[in-house]
Amino acid sequence: MKGVKVKRIENGTVIDHITGGQALNVLQIIGVHKEYPKAVLTVAMNVPSKKMGTKDIVKIEGRELKAVEVDKISLISPNSSINIIRDFEVKEKKDVSLPKTVEGVLKCDNPNCITNFEATKTLFAVEEISPLKLRCSFCERTMSEREIIKQF
Amino acid sequence: MELHDIISIRDLSKSKINHILKVSEDMEKHGARKNKYLDGKILATLFFEPSTRTRLSFETAMGRMGGSSIGFSESGTTSTSKGESLKDTIRTVESYADAIVIRHPQEGSARLAANVASVPVINAGDGSNQHPTQTLLDLYTIKRETGALKKNIALIGDLKYGRTAHSLAYALSMFGAKMTFISPKGLEMPEEVITDLAKFNTKIEETNDLEGSIPGLDVLYVTRIQKERFPDPEEYEKVKGAYKITLKTLESAKKNSIILHPLPRVDEIAPEVDATKHARYFKQVHYGLPVRMALLGLVMGALD
Ligand SMILES: [Zn+2]
Repeated sequence: MKGVKVKRIENGTVIDHITGGQALNVLQIIGVHKEYPKAVLTVAMNVPSKKMGTKDIVKIEGRELKAVEVDKISLISPNSSINIIRDFEVKEKKDVSLPKTVEGVLKCDNPNCITNFEATKTLFAVEEISPLKLRCSFCERTMSEREIIKQF
Repeated sequence: MELHDIISIRDLSKSKINHILKVSEDMEKHGARKNKYLDGKILATLFFEPSTRTRLSFETAMGRMGGSSIGFSESGTTSTSKGESLKDTIRTVESYADAIVIRHPQEGSARLAANVASVPVINAGDGSNQHPTQTLLDLYTIKRETGALKKNIALIGDLKYGRTAHSLAYALSMFGAKMTFISPKGLEMPEEVITDLAKFNTKIEETNDLEGSIPGLDVLYVTRIQKERFPDPEEYEKVKGAYKITLKTLESAKKNSIILHPLPRVDEIAPEVDATKHARYFKQVHYGLPVRMALLGLVMGALD
Protein backbone atom coordinates (compact mmCIF):
# COMPACT_ATOMS: atom_id res chain seq x y z
CA MET A 1 0.00 0.00 0.00
CA LYS A 2 3.01 2.26 -0.39
CA GLY A 3 2.00 5.74 -1.47
CA VAL A 4 -1.69 5.26 -0.84
CA LYS A 5 -3.01 6.94 2.27
CA VAL A 6 -6.34 5.74 3.44
CA LYS A 7 -7.93 6.97 6.61
CA ARG A 8 -8.94 4.29 9.06
CA ILE A 9 -12.66 3.88 9.50
CA GLU A 10 -14.56 3.57 12.73
CA ASN A 11 -17.41 1.30 11.72
CA GLY A 12 -17.96 -0.29 8.36
CA THR A 13 -16.42 -2.63 5.86
CA VAL A 14 -13.11 -2.85 4.06
CA ILE A 15 -13.09 -4.99 0.97
CA ASP A 16 -9.51 -5.78 0.08
CA HIS A 17 -7.83 -7.80 -2.67
CA ILE A 18 -10.50 -6.93 -5.19
CA THR A 19 -9.50 -8.05 -8.67
CA GLY A 20 -7.82 -5.03 -10.31
CA GLY A 21 -10.39 -2.88 -12.10
CA GLN A 22 -13.47 -4.39 -10.46
CA ALA A 23 -13.95 -1.78 -7.70
CA LEU A 24 -16.64 0.11 -9.58
CA ASN A 25 -18.60 -3.10 -10.10
CA VAL A 26 -18.30 -3.79 -6.39
CA LEU A 27 -19.79 -0.36 -5.69
CA GLN A 28 -22.58 -1.18 -8.10
CA ILE A 29 -23.30 -4.40 -6.19
CA ILE A 30 -23.42 -2.59 -2.86
CA GLY A 31 -25.75 -0.06 -4.45
CA VAL A 32 -23.91 3.01 -3.15
CA HIS A 33 -25.31 5.19 -5.89
CA LYS A 34 -28.92 4.11 -5.33
CA GLU A 35 -29.49 3.01 -1.75
CA TYR A 36 -26.61 4.80 -0.07
CA PRO A 37 -25.98 7.95 -2.06
CA LYS A 38 -24.38 9.62 0.96
CA ALA A 39 -22.16 6.74 2.03
CA VAL A 40 -18.63 7.77 2.92
CA LEU A 41 -16.46 5.79 0.57
CA THR A 42 -12.81 5.36 -0.16
CA VAL A 43 -11.90 3.64 -3.37
CA ALA A 44 -8.40 2.75 -4.44
CA MET A 45 -7.86 1.24 -7.83
CA ASN A 46 -4.95 -0.57 -9.43
CA VAL A 47 -2.86 -0.56 -6.28
CA PRO A 48 0.36 -2.55 -6.76
CA SER A 49 0.10 -5.87 -4.94
CA LYS A 50 2.76 -8.52 -4.49
CA LYS A 51 0.24 -11.32 -4.59
CA MET A 52 -2.04 -10.07 -7.33
CA GLY A 53 -0.10 -7.67 -9.50
CA THR A 54 -2.70 -4.98 -8.98
CA LYS A 55 -5.70 -4.88 -6.73
CA ASP A 56 -8.55 -2.57 -5.81
CA ILE A 57 -9.73 -1.65 -2.33
CA VAL A 58 -13.12 -0.32 -1.22
CA LYS A 59 -13.89 1.09 2.23
CA ILE A 60 -17.42 1.89 3.26
CA GLU A 61 -18.20 3.81 6.40
CA GLY A 62 -21.08 2.68 8.60
CA ARG A 63 -22.25 -0.27 6.62
CA GLU A 64 -21.81 -4.04 6.72
CA LEU A 65 -22.44 -6.32 3.75
CA LYS A 66 -25.45 -8.56 3.25
CA ALA A 67 -24.92 -12.21 2.34
CA VAL A 68 -26.31 -11.70 -1.15
CA GLU A 69 -23.81 -8.88 -1.74
CA VAL A 70 -20.94 -11.10 -0.66
CA ASP A 71 -22.21 -13.76 -3.10
CA LYS A 72 -22.22 -11.26 -5.94
CA ILE A 73 -18.76 -9.93 -5.10
CA SER A 74 -17.45 -13.50 -5.10
CA LEU A 75 -18.56 -13.77 -8.73
CA ILE A 76 -16.60 -10.85 -10.12
CA SER A 77 -13.74 -10.82 -7.65
CA PRO A 78 -13.27 -14.29 -6.24
CA ASN A 79 -10.14 -13.49 -4.21
CA SER A 80 -11.46 -10.58 -2.20
CA SER A 81 -11.30 -10.46 1.55
CA ILE A 82 -13.97 -8.70 3.54
CA ASN A 83 -13.14 -7.05 6.87
CA ILE A 84 -15.89 -5.90 9.18
CA ILE A 85 -14.69 -2.96 11.27
CA ARG A 86 -16.16 -2.00 14.62
CA ASP A 87 -14.52 0.67 16.82
CA PHE A 88 -11.55 0.96 14.46
CA GLU A 89 -10.81 -2.73 14.82
CA VAL A 90 -11.22 -5.67 12.47
CA LYS A 91 -13.93 -7.67 14.18
CA GLU A 92 -14.53 -10.20 11.45
CA LYS A 93 -12.57 -11.22 8.39
CA LYS A 94 -13.78 -13.48 5.66
CA ASP A 95 -12.25 -14.51 2.40
CA VAL A 96 -14.81 -14.86 -0.33
CA SER A 97 -14.49 -17.76 -2.71
CA LEU A 98 -16.08 -18.47 -6.02
CA PRO A 99 -18.83 -21.02 -5.59
CA LYS A 100 -19.40 -23.90 -8.02
CA THR A 101 -23.03 -22.90 -8.38
CA VAL A 102 -24.92 -19.64 -7.91
CA GLU A 103 -28.37 -20.03 -6.45
CA GLY A 104 -31.08 -17.39 -6.42
CA VAL A 105 -28.79 -14.36 -6.78
CA LEU A 106 -29.19 -13.73 -10.51
CA LYS A 107 -31.94 -13.70 -13.07
CA CYS A 108 -31.58 -15.69 -16.29
CA ASP A 109 -30.94 -13.49 -19.31
CA ASN A 110 -32.90 -15.75 -21.64
CA PRO A 111 -36.41 -14.25 -21.81
CA ASN A 112 -37.88 -17.64 -22.73
CA CYS A 113 -36.30 -19.42 -19.77
CA ILE A 114 -38.87 -21.11 -17.52
CA THR A 115 -37.35 -19.34 -14.49
CA ASN A 116 -38.70 -16.08 -15.93
CA PHE A 117 -42.24 -17.52 -15.98
CA GLU A 118 -42.53 -19.64 -12.86
CA ALA A 119 -41.74 -18.74 -9.29
CA THR A 120 -38.58 -20.72 -8.80
CA LYS A 121 -35.05 -20.13 -7.56
CA THR A 122 -32.58 -19.69 -10.38
CA LEU A 123 -29.49 -21.87 -10.45
CA PHE A 124 -26.31 -21.35 -12.47
CA ALA A 125 -23.20 -23.44 -12.80
CA VAL A 126 -19.89 -21.55 -12.87
CA GLU A 127 -18.32 -22.56 -16.14
CA GLU A 128 -15.43 -20.12 -16.37
CA ILE A 129 -13.90 -17.85 -13.79
CA SER A 130 -12.10 -15.12 -15.68
CA PRO A 131 -13.89 -13.71 -17.48
CA LEU A 132 -16.86 -15.10 -15.65
CA LYS A 133 -19.22 -17.40 -17.53
CA LEU A 134 -22.30 -19.01 -15.96
CA ARG A 135 -24.63 -21.60 -17.42
CA CYS A 136 -28.29 -21.64 -16.43
CA SER A 137 -29.16 -25.07 -15.06
CA PHE A 138 -32.65 -24.76 -16.50
CA CYS A 139 -32.41 -23.43 -20.06
CA GLU A 140 -28.67 -24.25 -20.38
CA ARG A 141 -27.82 -20.88 -21.95
CA THR A 142 -24.65 -19.16 -20.83
CA MET A 143 -24.30 -15.64 -19.45
CA SER A 144 -21.14 -13.62 -19.91
CA GLU A 145 -19.54 -11.39 -17.29
CA ARG A 146 -20.87 -8.33 -19.11
CA GLU A 147 -24.43 -9.62 -19.00
CA ILE A 148 -24.08 -10.55 -15.36
CA ILE A 149 -22.71 -7.18 -14.27
CA LYS A 150 -25.65 -5.46 -15.95
CA GLN A 151 -27.87 -7.04 -13.30
CA PHE A 152 -26.02 -5.55 -10.34
CA MET B 1 -27.93 -48.48 -14.32
CA GLU B 2 -29.11 -45.47 -12.36
CA LEU B 3 -31.18 -43.34 -14.74
CA HIS B 4 -34.03 -41.39 -13.23
CA ASP B 5 -34.76 -38.53 -15.64
CA ILE B 6 -33.84 -37.82 -19.25
CA ILE B 7 -33.62 -34.04 -19.44
CA SER B 8 -30.54 -33.13 -21.43
CA ILE B 9 -27.85 -34.89 -23.37
CA ARG B 10 -25.42 -32.88 -21.23
CA ASP B 11 -26.42 -34.98 -18.20
CA LEU B 12 -25.39 -38.23 -19.83
CA SER B 13 -21.91 -39.72 -19.77
CA LYS B 14 -20.47 -41.68 -22.64
CA SER B 15 -20.92 -44.93 -20.78
CA LYS B 16 -24.56 -44.13 -19.99
CA ILE B 17 -25.23 -43.36 -23.64
CA ASN B 18 -23.54 -46.59 -24.68
CA HIS B 19 -25.68 -48.48 -22.25
CA ILE B 20 -28.88 -46.85 -23.52
CA LEU B 21 -27.92 -47.77 -27.08
CA LYS B 22 -27.24 -51.34 -26.02
CA VAL B 23 -30.64 -51.69 -24.31
CA SER B 24 -32.26 -50.09 -27.37
CA GLU B 25 -30.77 -52.86 -29.47
CA ASP B 26 -32.31 -55.45 -27.15
CA MET B 27 -35.66 -53.72 -27.56
CA GLU B 28 -35.28 -53.69 -31.33
CA LYS B 29 -34.80 -57.46 -31.25
CA HIS B 30 -38.23 -57.78 -29.67
CA GLY B 31 -39.60 -56.33 -32.89
CA ALA B 32 -43.33 -55.70 -32.93
CA ARG B 33 -43.95 -58.37 -30.33
CA LYS B 34 -45.43 -57.03 -27.16
CA ASN B 35 -43.54 -57.49 -23.92
CA LYS B 36 -44.57 -57.16 -20.29
CA TYR B 37 -41.79 -54.97 -18.87
CA LEU B 38 -44.15 -52.11 -18.07
CA ASP B 39 -47.28 -54.12 -17.41
CA GLY B 40 -49.79 -52.03 -15.46
CA LYS B 41 -47.65 -48.86 -15.58
CA ILE B 42 -49.06 -45.53 -16.67
CA LEU B 43 -47.21 -42.90 -18.66
CA ALA B 44 -48.43 -39.28 -18.67
CA THR B 45 -47.68 -37.44 -21.90
CA LEU B 46 -47.96 -33.71 -21.29
CA PHE B 47 -47.71 -31.82 -24.56
CA PHE B 48 -47.97 -28.10 -23.87
CA GLU B 49 -47.32 -27.65 -27.56
CA PRO B 50 -48.27 -30.14 -30.24
CA SER B 51 -45.88 -32.72 -31.67
CA THR B 52 -47.93 -35.62 -32.92
CA ARG B 53 -44.95 -37.67 -34.08
CA THR B 54 -43.14 -37.57 -30.79
CA ARG B 55 -46.27 -38.24 -28.77
CA LEU B 56 -47.28 -41.21 -30.94
CA SER B 57 -43.80 -42.63 -30.67
CA PHE B 58 -43.84 -42.51 -26.87
CA GLU B 59 -47.38 -43.85 -26.58
CA THR B 60 -46.64 -46.71 -28.98
CA ALA B 61 -43.44 -47.54 -27.09
CA MET B 62 -45.42 -47.62 -23.85
CA GLY B 63 -48.08 -49.86 -25.39
CA ARG B 64 -45.47 -52.27 -26.76
CA MET B 65 -44.17 -52.74 -23.24
CA GLY B 66 -47.57 -53.52 -21.81
CA GLY B 67 -48.24 -50.11 -20.25
CA SER B 68 -50.78 -47.43 -21.03
CA SER B 69 -50.75 -43.67 -21.54
CA ILE B 70 -52.78 -40.71 -20.36
CA GLY B 71 -52.23 -37.04 -21.13
CA PHE B 72 -53.07 -34.02 -23.19
CA SER B 73 -51.85 -32.10 -26.17
CA GLU B 74 -52.51 -28.42 -26.45
CA SER B 75 -53.29 -27.22 -29.92
CA GLY B 76 -52.08 -23.65 -29.54
CA THR B 77 -48.50 -22.54 -29.31
CA THR B 78 -49.19 -20.56 -26.15
CA SER B 79 -47.81 -21.71 -22.85
CA THR B 80 -49.21 -23.22 -19.68
CA SER B 81 -52.69 -24.63 -19.50
CA LYS B 82 -55.36 -22.26 -18.17
CA GLY B 83 -52.95 -20.20 -16.16
CA GLU B 84 -52.01 -23.05 -13.85
CA SER B 85 -48.35 -23.16 -12.98
CA LEU B 86 -46.24 -25.93 -14.45
CA LYS B 87 -45.26 -26.99 -10.94
CA ASP B 88 -48.90 -27.51 -9.96
CA THR B 89 -49.67 -29.43 -13.15
CA ILE B 90 -46.74 -31.76 -12.48
CA ARG B 91 -47.72 -32.30 -8.84
CA THR B 92 -51.26 -33.20 -9.91
CA VAL B 93 -50.28 -35.49 -12.73
CA GLU B 94 -47.64 -37.40 -10.82
CA SER B 95 -50.25 -38.87 -8.53
CA TYR B 96 -51.72 -40.71 -11.54
CA ALA B 97 -48.60 -41.67 -13.44
CA ASP B 98 -45.44 -43.76 -13.08
CA ALA B 99 -43.49 -41.48 -15.42
CA ILE B 100 -44.00 -38.18 -17.23
CA VAL B 101 -43.08 -37.17 -20.77
CA ILE B 102 -43.19 -33.42 -21.23
CA ARG B 103 -42.98 -31.13 -24.22
CA HIS B 104 -43.15 -27.44 -23.43
CA PRO B 105 -42.39 -24.21 -25.29
CA GLN B 106 -40.15 -22.76 -22.58
CA GLU B 107 -36.49 -23.64 -22.16
CA GLY B 108 -35.78 -25.31 -18.84
CA SER B 109 -39.36 -26.49 -18.30
CA ALA B 110 -38.43 -30.16 -18.27
CA ARG B 111 -35.71 -29.52 -15.68
CA LEU B 112 -38.21 -27.69 -13.50
CA ALA B 113 -40.69 -30.56 -13.90
CA ALA B 114 -38.02 -33.07 -12.88
CA ASN B 115 -37.12 -30.99 -9.82
CA VAL B 116 -40.75 -31.04 -8.68
CA ALA B 117 -41.74 -34.59 -9.62
CA SER B 118 -40.82 -37.67 -7.67
CA VAL B 119 -41.60 -39.89 -10.67
CA PRO B 120 -39.17 -39.95 -13.62
CA VAL B 121 -39.45 -37.17 -16.22
CA ILE B 122 -38.46 -37.44 -19.87
CA ASN B 123 -37.94 -34.26 -21.86
CA ALA B 124 -39.63 -34.43 -25.27
CA GLY B 125 -38.50 -30.92 -26.21
CA ASP B 126 -38.16 -27.78 -24.08
CA GLY B 127 -38.37 -24.75 -26.36
CA SER B 128 -35.19 -24.34 -28.36
CA ASN B 129 -33.09 -26.13 -25.76
CA GLN B 130 -33.05 -29.93 -25.74
CA HIS B 131 -34.83 -32.94 -27.19
CA PRO B 132 -32.65 -35.73 -25.81
CA THR B 133 -34.69 -38.69 -27.05
CA GLN B 134 -34.28 -37.36 -30.60
CA THR B 135 -30.53 -37.09 -30.04
CA LEU B 136 -30.35 -40.63 -28.68
CA LEU B 137 -32.31 -42.03 -31.59
CA ASP B 138 -30.03 -40.13 -33.97
CA LEU B 139 -27.01 -41.73 -32.29
CA TYR B 140 -28.67 -45.12 -32.41
CA THR B 141 -29.38 -44.74 -36.12
CA ILE B 142 -25.81 -43.71 -36.93
CA LYS B 143 -24.38 -46.59 -34.93
CA ARG B 144 -26.83 -49.12 -36.31
CA GLU B 145 -26.47 -48.02 -39.94
CA THR B 146 -22.72 -47.33 -40.10
CA GLY B 147 -21.43 -49.54 -37.32
CA ALA B 148 -19.87 -46.73 -35.24
CA LEU B 149 -20.23 -43.16 -33.98
CA LYS B 150 -16.64 -42.15 -34.70
CA LYS B 151 -17.30 -41.26 -38.33
CA ASN B 152 -17.10 -38.29 -40.68
CA ILE B 153 -20.41 -36.64 -40.03
CA ALA B 154 -21.83 -33.48 -41.56
CA LEU B 155 -24.61 -31.46 -40.02
CA ILE B 156 -26.30 -29.58 -42.84
CA GLY B 157 -28.81 -26.72 -42.94
CA ASP B 158 -29.90 -24.28 -40.26
CA LEU B 159 -27.31 -24.84 -37.57
CA LYS B 160 -27.95 -21.54 -35.85
CA TYR B 161 -31.44 -22.20 -34.52
CA GLY B 162 -31.60 -25.99 -34.85
CA ARG B 163 -31.57 -27.46 -31.36
CA THR B 164 -31.35 -30.95 -32.90
CA ALA B 165 -28.05 -30.02 -34.50
CA HIS B 166 -26.66 -28.51 -31.27
CA SER B 167 -27.43 -31.54 -29.12
CA LEU B 168 -26.26 -34.00 -31.74
CA ALA B 169 -23.00 -32.12 -32.23
CA TYR B 170 -22.45 -32.24 -28.48
CA ALA B 171 -23.11 -35.97 -28.27
CA LEU B 172 -21.03 -36.84 -31.32
CA SER B 173 -18.14 -34.80 -29.94
CA MET B 174 -18.14 -37.02 -26.86
CA PHE B 175 -17.63 -40.00 -29.14
CA GLY B 176 -14.82 -38.45 -31.15
CA ALA B 177 -16.65 -38.08 -34.45
CA LYS B 178 -15.11 -35.77 -37.03
CA MET B 179 -17.68 -33.13 -37.82
CA THR B 180 -18.34 -30.78 -40.69
CA PHE B 181 -20.86 -28.01 -40.16
CA ILE B 182 -22.38 -27.00 -43.48
CA SER B 183 -24.77 -24.08 -43.45
CA PRO B 184 -25.81 -21.02 -45.42
CA LYS B 185 -24.27 -17.70 -44.43
CA GLY B 186 -26.04 -16.31 -41.38
CA LEU B 187 -27.24 -19.73 -40.18
CA GLU B 188 -23.85 -21.03 -39.00
CA MET B 189 -23.38 -22.99 -35.79
CA PRO B 190 -23.29 -20.44 -32.92
CA GLU B 191 -19.89 -19.56 -31.53
CA GLU B 192 -21.12 -20.58 -28.09
CA VAL B 193 -21.81 -24.14 -29.21
CA ILE B 194 -18.43 -24.45 -30.88
CA THR B 195 -16.58 -23.14 -27.81
CA ASP B 196 -18.50 -25.66 -25.74
CA LEU B 197 -17.40 -28.54 -28.00
CA ALA B 198 -13.75 -27.55 -27.68
CA LYS B 199 -13.54 -29.41 -24.36
CA PHE B 200 -13.84 -32.70 -26.24
CA ASN B 201 -10.96 -31.83 -28.63
CA THR B 202 -13.26 -32.54 -31.53
CA LYS B 203 -12.16 -32.08 -35.12
CA ILE B 204 -14.53 -29.50 -36.56
CA GLU B 205 -14.69 -27.99 -39.99
CA GLU B 206 -17.06 -25.20 -40.93
CA THR B 207 -18.06 -24.41 -44.47
CA ASN B 208 -20.78 -22.97 -46.69
CA ASP B 209 -19.84 -25.41 -49.45
CA LEU B 210 -22.06 -28.49 -49.55
CA GLU B 211 -20.93 -29.95 -52.88
CA GLY B 212 -17.23 -29.81 -52.04
CA SER B 213 -17.72 -31.55 -48.71
CA ILE B 214 -19.74 -34.52 -49.93
CA PRO B 215 -16.93 -36.93 -51.00
CA GLY B 216 -15.42 -37.25 -47.51
CA LEU B 217 -18.64 -37.86 -45.60
CA ASP B 218 -20.03 -41.02 -44.02
CA VAL B 219 -23.18 -39.37 -42.68
CA LEU B 220 -25.16 -36.40 -43.99
CA TYR B 221 -27.46 -35.18 -41.26
CA VAL B 222 -29.83 -32.74 -42.96
CA THR B 223 -31.98 -30.27 -41.03
CA ARG B 224 -34.75 -27.91 -42.06
CA ILE B 225 -34.04 -24.42 -43.27
CA GLN B 226 -37.04 -22.36 -42.28
CA LYS B 227 -38.35 -19.61 -44.47
CA GLU B 228 -39.07 -17.32 -41.51
CA ARG B 229 -35.37 -17.09 -40.69
CA PHE B 230 -34.87 -15.01 -43.84
CA PRO B 231 -36.05 -11.41 -44.01
CA ASP B 232 -35.79 -11.57 -47.80
CA PRO B 233 -37.85 -14.33 -49.52
CA GLU B 234 -35.55 -14.26 -52.54
CA GLU B 235 -32.56 -15.02 -50.36
CA TYR B 236 -34.44 -18.00 -48.93
CA GLU B 237 -35.18 -19.41 -52.38
CA LYS B 238 -31.51 -19.13 -53.34
CA VAL B 239 -30.27 -20.80 -50.15
CA LYS B 240 -32.90 -23.51 -50.35
CA GLY B 241 -31.66 -24.54 -53.78
CA ALA B 242 -28.00 -24.52 -52.80
CA TYR B 243 -28.48 -26.79 -49.77
CA LYS B 244 -30.90 -29.27 -51.25
CA ILE B 245 -29.79 -32.89 -51.47
CA THR B 246 -30.52 -34.22 -54.96
CA LEU B 247 -29.33 -37.17 -57.01
CA LYS B 248 -26.80 -34.83 -58.54
CA THR B 249 -25.42 -33.78 -55.14
CA LEU B 250 -24.94 -37.43 -54.32
CA GLU B 251 -22.92 -38.27 -57.43
CA SER B 252 -19.65 -37.71 -55.58
CA ALA B 253 -20.85 -39.30 -52.32
CA LYS B 254 -19.21 -42.37 -50.80
CA LYS B 255 -21.04 -45.53 -51.83
CA ASN B 256 -22.10 -46.45 -48.32
CA SER B 257 -22.70 -42.95 -46.96
CA ILE B 258 -26.09 -42.37 -45.39
CA ILE B 259 -28.55 -39.48 -45.20
CA LEU B 260 -30.53 -38.72 -42.05
CA HIS B 261 -33.16 -36.06 -41.29
CA PRO B 262 -35.13 -35.50 -38.07
CA LEU B 263 -38.33 -35.04 -40.14
CA PRO B 264 -40.67 -33.58 -41.11
CA ARG B 265 -38.77 -32.35 -44.13
CA VAL B 266 -39.91 -29.49 -46.32
CA ASP B 267 -37.78 -29.80 -49.41
CA GLU B 268 -34.24 -30.17 -48.17
CA ILE B 269 -34.11 -33.64 -49.71
CA ALA B 270 -35.49 -34.29 -53.18
CA PRO B 271 -38.11 -37.10 -53.24
CA GLU B 272 -36.10 -39.09 -55.82
CA VAL B 273 -33.35 -39.49 -53.19
CA ASP B 274 -35.76 -41.65 -51.15
CA ALA B 275 -35.22 -44.58 -53.50
CA THR B 276 -31.42 -44.54 -53.14
CA LYS B 277 -29.71 -46.65 -50.51
CA HIS B 278 -28.30 -43.50 -48.97
CA ALA B 279 -31.74 -42.58 -47.65
CA ARG B 280 -32.15 -43.77 -44.05
CA TYR B 281 -34.47 -41.12 -42.64
CA PHE B 282 -37.50 -43.36 -42.50
CA LYS B 283 -35.45 -46.02 -40.79
CA GLN B 284 -34.43 -43.32 -38.36
CA VAL B 285 -38.10 -42.78 -37.45
CA HIS B 286 -38.49 -46.50 -37.01
CA TYR B 287 -35.54 -46.60 -34.58
CA GLY B 288 -37.28 -44.05 -32.40
CA LEU B 289 -39.45 -46.82 -31.07
CA PRO B 290 -36.82 -49.19 -29.61
CA VAL B 291 -34.89 -46.20 -28.22
CA ARG B 292 -37.96 -44.82 -26.44
CA MET B 293 -38.89 -48.29 -25.20
CA ALA B 294 -35.41 -48.62 -23.72
CA LEU B 295 -35.64 -45.20 -22.05
CA LEU B 296 -39.09 -45.87 -20.60
CA GLY B 297 -37.97 -49.23 -19.27
CA LEU B 298 -34.77 -47.78 -17.81
CA VAL B 299 -36.28 -44.78 -16.04
CA MET B 300 -39.09 -46.86 -14.55
CA GLY B 301 -36.59 -49.46 -13.35
CA ALA B 302 -38.06 -52.29 -15.42
CA LEU B 303 -34.83 -52.68 -17.39
CA ASP B 304 -31.30 -52.25 -16.18
ZN1 LIG C 1 -32.23 -19.90 -18.02
